[in-house]
Amino acid sequence: MTDTELRVSKIQSGTVIDHVTAGEALHVLTLLGIDGSGGETVSLGMNVPSERLGKKDVVKVEGRELSESELEVLSLIAPEATINIVREYDVVDKRRVEPPEEVSGVLTCPNRDCITNAGEPVATRFAVLDDGLRCEYCGDIVRDDITAHLAD
Amino acid sequence: MRHDHLLTAKQLSREDVETVLDRAAEFDRDPSAARERHAGELLGLCFFEPSTRTKMSFETAAKRLGADVVDMGSVESSSVKKGESLADTVRVVEGYADALVLRHPKQGAAKMASEYVDVPVVNAGDGAGHHPSQTLLDLYTIREHAGLDDISVGIMGDLKYGRTVHSLAHALTNFDVRQHFVSPESLRLPRSVRYDLHESGAQVREHEDLEDVLPNLDVLYVTRIQRERFPDEDEYEAVAGEYSITPDVLERAKDDLSVMHPLPRVDEIAPEVDDTDYATYFEQAHNGVPVRMALLDLLL
Ligand SMILES: [Zn+2]
Repeated sequence: MTDTELRVSKIQSGTVIDHVTAGEALHVLTLLGIDGSGGETVSLGMNVPSERLGKKDVVKVEGRELSESELEVLSLIAPEATINIVREYDVVDKRRVEPPEEVSGVLTCPNRDCITNAGEPVATRFAVLDDGLRCEYCGDIVRDDITAHLAD
Repeated sequence: MRHDHLLTAKQLSREDVETVLDRAAEFDRDPSAARERHAGELLGLCFFEPSTRTKMSFETAAKRLGADVVDMGSVESSSVKKGESLADTVRVVEGYADALVLRHPKQGAAKMASEYVDVPVVNAGDGAGHHPSQTLLDLYTIREHAGLDDISVGIMGDLKYGRTVHSLAHALTNFDVRQHFVSPESLRLPRSVRYDLHESGAQVREHEDLEDVLPNLDVLYVTRIQRERFPDEDEYEAVAGEYSITPDVLERAKDDLSVMHPLPRVDEIAPEVDDTDYATYFEQAHNGVPVRMALLDLLL
C-alpha cells in the first residue's frame, strides 16, 4: 500500500478522483454539487506528494459514480485527473478525463448581456478551446477561474 | 448560400458574400424586375428593441420582392411587455411567417431563436453581438468604391460595443484587406473578436491615433462613441473630439477615400463632410434595400 492510499481511507463503492491539480479538490466538490448536505461520505487529500505531479489532490466520494458529463467538466479544472470507479472495494473502471469539445448546461456565461442569462429556456453551451471556454451564444471567452461560473 | 439562417457574419464565406452582393447588384440595377419573385410570402418582423431604419429597410426589401410583412409591433405594446419569452414569441410568429427578422438587446438571441423555429432567422442586431445584414451592405458599398481586395480599411470609434464593427471585421477576413482599428484604449475590440481575427490570420493593426494610418486608407468606417460608455462627461468630451471627422482632418487622406458610417451619427462626422466626395454614408444606407432584397431572396 502506498503512502497516498494510507492517507485517505479505502471506499466500498463510489468514485476516487486521483491526480487532481493540487488545490482544486474543493472546486471539484463544488463542480459535483457536493456540499455534505447529501449525506455522502467524502474524503479529501490535499497537497499529497505525487510522483507524476509533484503535488496533487485526491477526492473520494462514497456511494456515487460520476456521470460522463461530470467527468467532462472535471477535465476543465483537473486535466490530469484519473477516475477510479469502485464497487465492493474493487476498482472496476479506471480512466483519464478527456476534455470534451463542448460542455452544456453546467456553467453560466459571465456575460450578463448574454441570452443565456435572460431568463429564457435555454441551456448554456460552451465550446472548449485550447486555453479556455467559449460561449456558443454570445461568443465570450472564459479563461480564468472557470469554477466561478458554475451554474447553481 | 447553403445556410438556413443568417446569424453572424462569421458564418459567411467569401463565396456567400459574393453571391449576395452580385444578386444585390442585379436588384440595384432594376428593382422592379423582382416585383413578383416572392408574392404571397410573409416576413415576420420581431423587433424587441426599437430600430426604425433597419426595420423599414427589411420591410421595403420584402415588399419590393412581392412579399408582405407581419410585425409584432413595439415591445411596449406587445405581450413581451407582459413577460413573454423570446422563445415563445418566435414560435408563435413562426406560425404566421416564412422567415423571421429578429432584433434583440441580448447577445446570442438570434442564435437561440434559430434553435426554436424551422423557418429562416435573420439576425438584425443582437445587443453588442452581431449585425450581419448591415455587414453585407457595408461590403457592397466597399466593393462599389474600392473593391474588396488589396485595400486598407480603417475602422474607428467604439470598437468594444459596436456590433457592426464586429461583424464587419469578421467578414473582411475573407478578403485581402488590411484592417486598422482606431479607438481609445478603453473602447478597443473585445477579446473574443481579437481572438477570431488572430485565428483567421487577418492582417490587423490597432491604433489610438487616426493620423497614424489615415493617409494609407481606402475606406474609413466611422462609428459612434456613446456618452454613456464613459464614467464622466469630461472624459467623453476629450475622446469624442479626437475621434470626429472634419474636412480638415481629411486633408491628409487619399483623394478617393470613402468615409462610411452605419448611421445614425451624432457629431462624429461633421455636416461639412457631407458635400465632399469622401461622404459615402448616405449611399451606404440606400444600399440596405437591394442587399436585404438579395438576402431575403436567397433565404425565403
Ligand atoms: Zn454567453
